[in-house]
Amino acid sequence: MKTWMCVVCGYIYDEAKGDPEHGIAAGTRWEDVPDDWSCPDCGVAKGDFEMVTV
Amino acid sequence: MERSDILIVGAGLAAITLMRELRKRDAAVGITLVTADDGHFYSKPMLSNGLATSKTAASLVMTQRDALATQLNLAILPRTRVTAVDTGGHRVLTDQGALVYGRLVLALGAHPIRLPIEGEGAADVLSINHLDDYAIYREQLADKQRVALLGAGLIGCEFANDLRTVGKEVDVFDIAPQPLGRLLPDIAGKAYRLGLEAAGVRFHFGTSVQRIERGASGYRLHDGTGAITETDLVVSAVGLKPETTLPAAAGIKVGRGIMTDGMLATSAEDVFALGDCAEVAGMVLPFVMPIMHQAKALAATLCGEATPVRYPAMPVVVKTPAMPAVVCPPPPGTVGDWQETETDPGVRSLYLNAAGDLLGFALIGSEAAKEKQVLTARLKLV
Repeated sequence: MKTWMCVVCGYIYDEAKGDPEHGIAAGTRWEDVPDDWSCPDCGVAKGDFEMVTV
Repeated sequence: MERSDILIVGAGLAAITLMRELRKRDAAVGITLVTADDGHFYSKPMLSNGLATSKTAASLVMTQRDALATQLNLAILPRTRVTAVDTGGHRVLTDQGALVYGRLVLALGAHPIRLPIEGEGAADVLSINHLDDYAIYREQLADKQRVALLGAGLIGCEFANDLRTVGKEVDVFDIAPQPLGRLLPDIAGKAYRLGLEAAGVRFHFGTSVQRIERGASGYRLHDGTGAITETDLVVSAVGLKPETTLPAAAGIKVGRGIMTDGMLATSAEDVFALGDCAEVAGMVLPFVMPIMHQAKALAATLCGEATPVRYPAMPVVVKTPAMPAVVCPPPPGTVGDWQETETDPGVRSLYLNAAGDLLGFALIGSEAAKEKQVLTARLKLV
């Protein structure tokens, strides 16, 4: 499981946790997150995230 | 004299996003960034919730200047202030010497508006618009318990909520009758206010601080109603004004901001502007999302693929965990009515035109906020 960080606000998308509040189940891999999903904190697009190792 | 294909003035979100987008498209074009700051990349939206997330000014830095310059293969000139632009000669003058450009991008940002206030304490009022400002704020806050915020807009409310999470006493003043001003219709405004009040924020609406006296300990604030409020630190958050002094002196057309067309081109040849300093096709939009879209469009244009900026629906998330809010104000000049429904706890407010098209919305409370994506998809763009 990998983590991805929003380059604008630092929000971390953790594949293990997903984003259930916005319909992304825990365990959803980054490539399976829909392209219209956006950062829940600042609203930037999926394309503005970078992979980070935590 | 140094020459750069693309010279960017500024190092905020607009400048750094533009650099990233340029590099995605063109590995070779020469890029130089000149900034009066340190040139480190930090998350500006996090300045207003840095207490809850235990961020110091240093730990807010996401990428150090040198790492950024190496990653993106470009030059960053920190602590260098641009003093003049010579559009005819394609060069800028700085306090460290002159720089020649092929294309110039102004990403100057905005400066905090300061209301005129009387009294010897007025000079001690802080504004928090930069990482350096945040460092001063944190240093001053360390041994203080009471904070007064001037302005109950988005930033004022975020700071108020953040200060409450670490147990500070918070008074917020605004001349408006409710928080977030025109972003919220009536019922939503009341629910939002109650949410923050339940978290301990003390609001003083319909008045403004007129005089600040220094006391034996802290300050005495005199507002327009004649009331006096005692506090230890005063922070002003009444809004931003686009930075236009430098371009105006260079003869570049400015209005509320640096005026550009839909391609982000200013009135001067080979000079572009974006971000909080820019008035793009008549609109100043000092938020994260518009900046990202402007940077992407401008990067394409500068790399030879002329691309006007087009915005999708751009709801703004207000970072107040005590009462989450998402606002998407209807575009100026549209005609419609607010329909407000209470959701417990919170309010869903929809702005609809006569045909029933959704033109804007405000969602108050965590339940309502969940509808953000569904409603954003329903918005009719005008």
